[in-house]
Amino acid sequence: MHRAATLAVLALALAFPLAMQETYYLSFASRIFVYALAATSLNLILGYGGMISFGHAAFVGTGAYVSSIFIAEGITSAWIGWPAAVAASALAALVIGAVSLRTRGVYFIMITLAFAQMMFFLVNSMKAYGGDEGLSLPARASGLPVDLGGDVAFYYVALAALAACVYGLRRLAHSRFGRVIQAIRENEARAEAIGFPVYRYKLACFVLAGAAGGLAGVLLASHGKYVNPNVLHWTQSGTLMVMVILGGVGRLWGGVIGAATLLGLEDLIANHRVEWLAAMLPNYQQHASLGVGVVLLAIVLFAPQGIAGAFARRRRA
Amino acid sequence: MSWVLILEQFLNGLQFGLMLFLLAAGLTLVFGIMDMINLAHGSLYMLGAFLAATLVQVTDSFALGVLLAVPATAVVGMLLEMSVLRTLYERDHLSQVLATFALILILNEAVRIIWGPDMPLSMPAALSGPVELLPGMFYPAYRLLIIGVGAAVAALLYLLVARTRIGMQVRAGASNREMALAMGVDIRRLFTLLFGVGAGLCAVAGALLGPLLAVQVGMGENILILAFVVIVIGGIGSIRGALVGAVLVGLVDTIGRAFLPMLFGLFFQPRVASAAGPAIASVLAYVLMVAVLYFRPRGLFPARG
Repeated sequence: MHRAATLAVLALALAFPLAMQETYYLSFASRIFVYALAATSLNLILGYGGMISFGHAAFVGTGAYVSSIFIAEGITSAWIGWPAAVAASALAALVIGAVSLRTRGVYFIMITLAFAQMMFFLVNSMKAYGGDEGLSLPARASGLPVDLGGDVAFYYVALAALAACVYGLRRLAHSRFGRVIQAIRENEARAEAIGFPVYRYKLACFVLAGAAGGLAGVLLASHGKYVNPNVLHWTQSGTLMVMVILGGVGRLWGGVIGAATLLGLEDLIANHRVEWLAAMLPNYQQHASLGVGVVLLAIVLFAPQGIAGAFARRRRA
Repeated sequence: MSWVLILEQFLNGLQFGLMLFLLAAGLTLVFGIMDMINLAHGSLYMLGAFLAATLVQVTDSFALGVLLAVPATAVVGMLLEMSVLRTLYERDHLSQVLATFALILILNEAVRIIWGPDMPLSMPAALSGPVELLPGMFYPAYRLLIIGVGAAVAALLYLLVARTRIGMQVRAGASNREMALAMGVDIRRLFTLLFGVGAGLCAVAGALLGPLLAVQVGMGENILILAFVVIVIGGIGSIRGALVGAVLVGLVDTIGRAFLPMLFGLFFQPRVASAAGPAIASVLAYVLMVAVLYFRPRGLFPARG
């Protein structure tokens, strides 16, 4: 995206709470930011690093659970709980990545999935923290300069986190580290032959994405003041992957566009009744995911490069 | 803990493993030959169970209903292959994940629209009681039936793959697709057929497990991942690997759940054991997979040389 367009989008996002007083849409926009952050972190390994991880929910879930456990145990300061949660996610990514990155291709997809499933079942059996029923939080974390309890404040915090992450990804992609990561994606053997420690670069990239995913998890739990094992379910990893592919793999705004499109589409079908459709199928709004599925399928078949890719191609043509 | 209990859990594990094999067999061939990730495989399992539940109601006979559900699901699978999945073979894994994930959403909602969230499916009354296997050892007759059917289907599948011309073409396709094509194997037609067989096997598993678990929307999603674990352990594209992997995962999962909490009780305090036992038991299958991949990165029986 051009600088002007980026600034315009940012200005719109900043002004949105001033124009929109309805809490439903503020909260909805915050949710999009959180998922956009998670999808962007996945895009770093998936798109830039070429590592098809099917277990990103593990890091989002770790962030969500660790930050929630801090609050449940009475340590409400965001200055303690949040860094700890992000560090825990990074540590999880270090351990999972260290084992998984020894495998290739389909086996990498499956082993990352297996690790995420392990975490899913472990969290399910943590009876002290809700087990399969999940954990409700009395309040959001405290200690930040703004009171996170308010919807507007949370909106801006989520926006700031997302903006920082996208900016960071942009800087990273153009840095030496980012260039090496993309070179490894294009031709691993050649990068190895040039003399780069490929495994270490990939692992560092994996840990970075895990940490960012953890931050998304922190915000996700904080947003709903609730966390349950479903944040670690494999369909959650699948949804994040869908967002990235939908938006554009390896494109700076891919995660953001994908998250906004997918969540927006769900909301559009579920909450905005179209009369002529309703005349044909009276209960169609209860089956929103049918529509989402059809749209996703159409995108795979007709726009293989994702939404960001389709626009980029049009501009060049 | 007596030997009867151990034998009983062993049979339970075998029964679960054989059902996993029915799912994994189709999945591993699709994966091995076309290098295609099909997340919608679990949806065919769900569809098979729903079709069986309906047909059992209509025909008023468990056996007839299940037998009819198998070809019906196979037809759906073949239609799915011809309409959507066929266009995905040449695409990368990401597109396949996205498209088949979309298919899960579509099929889940389609089933919800047609049947609602769940369907009753109970085992035939004649098989609901226990059978005395050995003096003093009773085992549910229905589970024995599952083991019998599972073993029979596995044997049939083995004969089909190892002894017939079509099976030879399938194996050729799995070990080197281009070469098989060059030798004149019509991979396209073969593959539609294979997909139908895979879908039919899903229906067998779905229909037989239906009375034990539950016939509901989303039932395919959790077992799908276990089926993936099975084929990765066995080696992608290998039927033999799928069988070994499935029985291994079935046994480890079932026996782990049954005995690990007890075993932990011997070494740890009861409070720790009751918390850690079930937790560790539920991830054993995944730990097994990670361990296998760590030492044999291409699975136990790699199909490609």
